[in-house]
Amino acid sequence: MSDSAAQPPIAFCPSLSELFFAFALVSISGFGGALPWARRTIVEQKHWMTTAEFNETFALSQFLPGPNVINFSVVFGSRFGGAAGAAVALAGLLGPPLIIVSVLAVLYERYGDIEALSRVLTGVTAAAIGLLIAVVAKMAAPMFLKRWNSAPLFAILAFGGVALMHWPLPYVFLGLAPFSVAFAWFKR
Amino acid sequence: MNQHPLTSLFGYFALLSLFAVGGANAAIPEMHRVAVDVMQWMNDRQFSDMYAIAQMSPGPNVIIVALIGYHVAGFSGAAVATAAMCGPTCMLAFFVARTWDRFKEARWRMAIQAGMVPLSLGLIAASAFVLARAADHNVHAGLITGATAAVAFFTRINPLWAFLIAGVLGLSGWL
Repeated sequence: MSDSAAQPPIAFCPSLSELFFAFALVSISGFGGALPWARRTIVEQKHWMTTAEFNETFALSQFLPGPNVINFSVVFGSRFGGAAGAAVALAGLLGPPLIIVSVLAVLYERYGDIEALSRVLTGVTAAAIGLLIAVVAKMAAPMFLKRWNSAPLFAILAFGGVALMHWPLPYVFLGLAPFSVAFAWFKR
Repeated sequence: MNQHPLTSLFGYFALLSLFAVGGANAAIPEMHRVAVDVMQWMNDRQFSDMYAIAQMSPGPNVIIVALIGYHVAGFSGAAVATAAMCGPTCMLAFFVARTWDRFKEARWRMAIQAGMVPLSLGLIAASAFVLARAADHNVHAGLITGATAAVAFFTRINPLWAFLIAGVLGLSGWL
């Protein structure tokens, strides 16, 4: 990131329509996740937040349940425009992709059985799984390299419960979260 | 269960969104369990196809719920599934955002934040596992998965290239 030194101070507050169009732009530019585009638009182009503020806000959206970038749009929008700001940012982020995906859904239901299409999708799925594995590896590396750390145990238990035992997510979450938080509390 | 499909869509997605720490990718195993195993709305192949389409289309990855919803109940299904997946957590985000800054230095806040990280890691790893079991049924698909993982881990190349190359390889019948 090259935007730490020369960044101008946060000077003005975006209007509702600016919020909407900024998030609409983020939503249609972001392939494979909208986060990098959100950072580029908000921090580097519009200067609505500093890098530190962005990271802080995003950390909050990440630990909340549910889709991260969606949470981010709500937290960001509410900060600049209250409930209306949150609604407008969310609508900007979800509107355009929903329209695009609705078209794709219609096409898939009609032509999904075509051999060529299904071969392309098989290839793309294989690549998409690879991306997911890379995300896991990046998250796991710092956690598993630290010694005397209970975090890997909880990661493995969550994986085992959901992937291997096929237990419903709410049970796995409610069973593990209290202990995971308690261990984090006592580890200083 | 003999419910209206829109009711089950809403109920399942609203519930799972509240436990999916780590975002849309952490919710994949539960979506698969519900859509393929419990409700039998679709088969493995359709589920992994929808994951691929959601990854290829612009916007947040959570948009896969619109594809599942459309498959189950048309446009109203897509709208209901998206609203259910985003509504409850957006309300939560809205209210937490207003109070969270006040507890910046609080120990309980840091413990909650730190405690969620391993769970989201485990859930995202489970997503990769569930999708691989649903889709990667031959050696060549496994090779594409491995190569993409290595490239994405060690470089910062745009993932769209991986999708393009893998899609062409798939089309050519290599898979």
